[in-house]
Amino acid sequence: MSDALVTIEDLKIHFPIKRGIVLDRTIGYVYAVDGVDLRIERGATYGLVGESGCGKTTLGRGLLRLVEPTGGRVVFDGTDLSTLKGEQLRTIRRRMQMVFQDPLSSLDPRQSVESLLVEGMRAHGLDKGKQQTHQRLKELLAAVGLPENALRKYPHEFSGGQRQRIGIARALAVEPDLIVADEPVSALDVSVQAQVLNLLEELQDEFGLTYLVIAHDLAVVRHISDRIGVMYLGSLVEEASSDELYQEPLHPYTKALLSAIPVPDPVVEDNREQILLAGDLPSPAAPPSGCRFHTRCPWRQETLCDTDRPALREIGEGHRVACHYAEDILAGRISPHEVEPEVVQPDIVVS
Amino acid sequence: MGMALLEVRDLSVVFRRRGEEPTIAVDNISFDVEPGQTVGLVGESGCGKSVTSLAIMGLLPSRGAEVSGSVTFEGKELLGLSQRQLDERRGRDLGMVFQDPLSSLNPVVPIGVQIAEVLERHRKLSRKDANAEAAELLNRVGIPDPNRRLDEYPHQLSGGMRQRALIAIALACRPRLLIADEPTTALDVTIQAQILSLLAELVSGTDTALIMITHDLGVVAGLCDEVNVMYGGRIVERAQRHALFAEPRHPYTHGLLASIPRLDAPRGEKLVPIRGSVVDNIAWSRGCAFAPRCPNQLEQCWTDPPELVEDRGGMLRCHNPVEVAPLAAEGAR
Ligand SMILES: Nc1ncnc2c1ncn2[C@@H]1O[C@H](COP(=O)(O)OP(=O)(O)OP(=O)(O)O)[C@@H](O)[C@H]1O
Ligand SMILES: Nc1ncnc2c1ncn2[C@@H]1O[C@H](COP(=O)(O)OP(=O)(O)O)[C@@H](O)[C@H]1O
Ligand code: SF4
Ligand code: SF4
Ligand SMILES: [Mg+2]
Ligand SMILES: [Mg+2]
Repeated sequence: MSDALVTIEDLKIHFPIKRGIVLDRTIGYVYAVDGVDLRIERGATYGLVGESGCGKTTLGRGLLRLVEPTGGRVVFDGTDLSTLKGEQLRTIRRRMQMVFQDPLSSLDPRQSVESLLVEGMRAHGLDKGKQQTHQRLKELLAAVGLPENALRKYPHEFSGGQRQRIGIARALAVEPDLIVADEPVSALDVSVQAQVLNLLEELQDEFGLTYLVIAHDLAVVRHISDRIGVMYLGSLVEEASSDELYQEPLHPYTKALLSAIPVPDPVVEDNREQILLAGDLPSPAAPPSGCRFHTRCPWRQETLCDTDRPALREIGEGHRVACHYAEDILAGRISPHEVEPEVVQPDIVVS
Repeated sequence: MGMALLEVRDLSVVFRRRGEEPTIAVDNISFDVEPGQTVGLVGESGCGKSVTSLAIMGLLPSRGAEVSGSVTFEGKELLGLSQRQLDERRGRDLGMVFQDPLSSLNPVVPIGVQIAEVLERHRKLSRKDANAEAAELLNRVGIPDPNRRLDEYPHQLSGGMRQRALIAIALACRPRLLIADEPTTALDVTIQAQILSLLAELVSGTDTALIMITHDLGVVAGLCDEVNVMYGGRIVERAQRHALFAEPRHPYTHGLLASIPRLDAPRGEKLVPIRGSVVDNIAWSRGCAFAPRCPNQLEQCWTDPPELVEDRGGMLRCHNPVEVAPLAAEGAR
């Protein structure tokens, strides 16, 4: 029996593009998240991968209702978040915490580590007397592997990896059930990334946490996740268990993504069959019609691809894919072909 | 021994700022690049990769940065050349591609003009020929519809297209040596794959040499003939790429490889992190900079700086390297 902590149904988050002197005219939308369904099992790690601008961060923020969804539902532990307001929303938010990519810019430089950690506890009424709080702070530091004297220091006095530990301790301080970690290691030195990845795994075992890990690095996501969702331009194109996704990617985009990642092993590199995608990533403000991947897809067919948006459907147990021709590609009935690269002008709009 | 295309000898760069301890960014580095060879410089941020490349290109500020040692290109010394002589060299023999194409392109000049200028100045082409050649170069680096792109400004191009344009400029003078400093770090992985395959295609089968600077061991594994691993401003290991990855000898190289999640690793395989971070380093003048993080450290490592010495056909700077099977069979051949 599966037990979902989070269920996301047809989530849409569109940002209006404003023009004009007082920015009052909406001339279009950025379809940052455009119809995503997923569920995150209690105690599991769900990994979300995709290239820049595909909507990963926005999805994470929408889940925590840090941004108002345009449509769809987020159900957290049985409660539909869109029905909650004010105090109720604040209470449930304690149970969902976020860890950010750049620990330095997400930690207030003027606050000591102690005050950073106590802040959240106090806001949620978990600051129960000096002695108890001090004990709790000690536990938190020990859990994330920081020395006790860290409490009186400030964020700039730490290395990148240590700052990320502070960010994680701050999230843990309020005893959450879910942690959304947005690119938790991508700002760190290679030699330090493994420390933080291992720490996240240890904390999950110790506290029974549920994770949504967002990253552009599929090797990182595959290492830490039980299930993986691959995003392209605002929607999921494929979802499977971590092993299955690697062993049998079904969506052409996933195949290309997997084949593009350099592996630190010359033997693998020399024998790799790379699927090079032509052209740029289209803008989420002007997503292609039909299948959003059709402008770069080496398997694109004459019918359906340009006109009909493929639904995310289940092929095989627990393996979902959004491609009209997934079965034909899998069986080798259709083969890849050359694609004319399309140039995409970067968005003038800045977020 | 023949003369290499580029010979870097005892290159050091020290940054001095008043009232501050000097930073030894690059510490006595030596390496060669042969014609047509692709040489990697890898290491984590701050280990001196970019400063090495800037020193070779003569792009460090003359004030504050103290450069010593020697860099010869086809036997001629590059260090200490005048600005004008350097300009000449850079246009003709050396091309450079940076991590951030937007800041290395002129934002108010159309791409086509930026390429044509180089061609007019260094290859003395007429305006008309330069324009035609510029379009040809854009085509060669895989920019679709090149004639239209000539009139576009850098901000009108995506990150990947900008990097291609920058490579086109670097190639304009048919350089003998291309230096690429983290050319794909700012790009998405599918775009990175395009640019890496472009670079590989440009240098393979020609005698253009490439110095590939990256923190990504995966990039090195696919592209480089020979790899230099840097730590704290020094080269700590050099090997042919197959040897380096199959049998890393330096504890730092070994540690990096054990700590990176590999896409093809079985799930559940534990990562073995390197402890601490570069802030724990000790000065090379005292001992081995890596000692505070090194699982193989000996007492000697804290007091006696290891030298870079020959090791199994490569170079190694370590008192207590990672054990590997002896080379006997290979050596006998
Ligand atoms: N507040 C905002 N207003 C307008 N547009 C926004 C806003 N936030 C995000 N966007 C746009 O929505 C799209 C998705 O952004 P998002 O940050 O979710 O991408 P991402 O997948 O996290 O990318 P990255 O890998 O670069 O972090 C982008 O085009 C972005 O510019
Ligand atoms: N212009 C500069 N002034 C002072 N220090 C510098 C300057 N440029 C680089 N450094 C220092 O030199 C060292 C090596 O830097 P760099 O070569 O940029 O590293 P990387 O290997 O990441 O490219 C770092 O400690 C850096 O802070
Ligand atoms: S639906 Fe068509 S264009 Fe989209 S991924 Fe499948 S084959 Fe490619
Ligand atoms: S010299 Fe000593 S401390 Fe340095 S890498 Fe070798 S064994 Fe480790
Ligand atoms: Mg993001
Ligand atoms: Mg650099």
